[in-house]
Amino acid sequence: MINYVIKRLFLMIPTLFGAAVLVFLLMRAIPGDICYLRMAGGGGTVDLDVVRQCRADLGLDRTLWVQFWDFISGFVVGDFGKSMWTGQPIFDEVALRFQLSLQIAIMATIVSILIAIPFGTISAVKQDTWVDYAVRTFSIAGIAIPSFWLGILIILGILITSKAWFGQSWMPPITYRPIWVDPWYNLSMLIWPALATGYRYSAVATRMTRSAVLEVLREDYVRTARAKGVFETLVIRRHALRNALLPVITVIGIEFAFLMGGLVVTEQVFNLNGIGKLFVESVENHDYNMTQSLVMLVVAIFAFTNFFVDIFYAWLDPRIRYVR
Amino acid sequence: MTTAQDFSVADRVPGRTSWVAGALHFARKNMLGTAGALLVLIMIFMAIFAPLITSYDPTANDFGVMLEAPSHEHVLGTDQYGRDLFTRIVYGARTALLVGFLSAFIGATIGLVMGVTSAYFGGTFDLLFQRVMDVLMAFPLIILALAVVSIGDAWPVSDTFKVILAITVPFIPRCARVVRSSALAIREIPYIDAARACGFSHPRIILRHMVPNVMAPYLIIFTASVGQAILIEASLSYLGLGVQEPTPAWGLMLRGGAEEYAESAPWVAIFPGLAITLAVFGFNLFGDSVRDALDPKLRQM
Repeated sequence: MINYVIKRLFLMIPTLFGAAVLVFLLMRAIPGDICYLRMAGGGGTVDLDVVRQCRADLGLDRTLWVQFWDFISGFVVGDFGKSMWTGQPIFDEVALRFQLSLQIAIMATIVSILIAIPFGTISAVKQDTWVDYAVRTFSIAGIAIPSFWLGILIILGILITSKAWFGQSWMPPITYRPIWVDPWYNLSMLIWPALATGYRYSAVATRMTRSAVLEVLREDYVRTARAKGVFETLVIRRHALRNALLPVITVIGIEFAFLMGGLVVTEQVFNLNGIGKLFVESVENHDYNMTQSLVMLVVAIFAFTNFFVDIFYAWLDPRIRYVR
Repeated sequence: MTTAQDFSVADRVPGRTSWVAGALHFARKNMLGTAGALLVLIMIFMAIFAPLITSYDPTANDFGVMLEAPSHEHVLGTDQYGRDLFTRIVYGARTALLVGFLSAFIGATIGLVMGVTSAYFGGTFDLLFQRVMDVLMAFPLIILALAVVSIGDAWPVSDTFKVILAITVPFIPRCARVVRSSALAIREIPYIDAARACGFSHPRIILRHMVPNVMAPYLIIFTASVGQAILIEASLSYLGLGVQEPTPAWGLMLRGGAEEYAESAPWVAIFPGLAITLAVFGFNLFGDSVRDALDPKLRQM
């Protein structure tokens, strides 16, 4: 087992390194740079000496190799440098926003589990009835509805109901307070984006639950359980669902990995100051340091989530450890 | 769901049933897929006959009728520039279909050739190729698309083309992966050895002997990608990074006005989103039934 863990851990290095190379080159392939943008932002004339000085200050006049080495060696020791745009340490800039995005991601995952497991199970148990069709339509719709539109509809719904019930429009707060400081305030702000993204992410998990439960229901031990007269609800809860959960957990894990990179649009709709918004801003500002750090953060989360899913799987099923 | 027993041998004999009868048979067995195909057909119809369906100009402002509620003249109402929403949705189908089909097709096809090539050569080449695909998969999709759009800023090409390119790039690894795993199995079949023994070149074996045999996963991933591409195009346009005003595009219609006037003119926010949802819904349903028809084993995908 320990060999497998170490081997799997080493496999993450090429992914992280590749992502570093890719983001480094992509950012520098975008025409224009931060100094030019800052000076010419107002549309006035640009003093080339000032631009040159600014580039030297930011270290952009060095050769690409040196810049890349700087970025990689800093990343390895956990020094992410400063944002080129604000001059603040990247760690401080990202920390609070990351908290917000991570909380939405976790809450969205909870929402998707709460939708996927009961719906997927009932859809499998009532296979080919109208319940099954309704659940499947609901879950296919989840993939089809753009989460930003769902977000707009939720905001619209809040506005209309609050006006009808309280006589005045209420909008979710937009400045972040951590959940341990003001839980009520925090939840009233973040539950909406979590619902919008969670519904979308529940779709794949619902289908997975359905097909996994369907498969398990055909097993001999389920037939045995039924034959010996176990109540149907118990058969489904204890014999079927419990054994079907493994692939569902995998899917949810993989989706969580994608979630962190996918919050960009949702944050825009709800006007939240999270990682996604910072991402778009930093690409537009040509803030190389910030974009590189954010990409590495998201890719690292992706790689580690996949790593844990694999380890969890290998722990449950020893055959996997020897296959690779 | 249909089981194998539902199909009698007679149904499978070619030439026995006409094209229409075949389609009707498919429709009876596959209600959701037919619904999807209908939605797709409606969308294609809207895109082709847009000028015949509506008499308004999708880009003409008319400040006399800003944010009007749905009425007889403006079936779905007007936006903040007085443009007819129904017209913009009809013309928006053109943008969505163009971007959806082209980026899914180019992405899936490049992925097809790359995936098969990687499986065919195997060894170190395959291993390196897989690592590169891992990186592209781990890279956040929207950010990759955003970077590609920004890089394209300097090129003298249209926004639509840049968006197509931006969506194509992240699609390549997704298709290459699926195709590669099917191609790995095909490589072991003796006719590939036979082709090699005949002295055929590598490109010939790849293109003539392997590619035709992975058409099923290719078609599956292609149909599944069209809906996704439409959705990504809408997201990019909504963020202001995709198609630019005044081109009619559904995602763009939800940008700006939709939230600002959500309370006073909800139709601006509702109808374009509904169009996106129905289009993606249609393509997904259709794609699902294509998948079931071509390869029932892939149901879990």
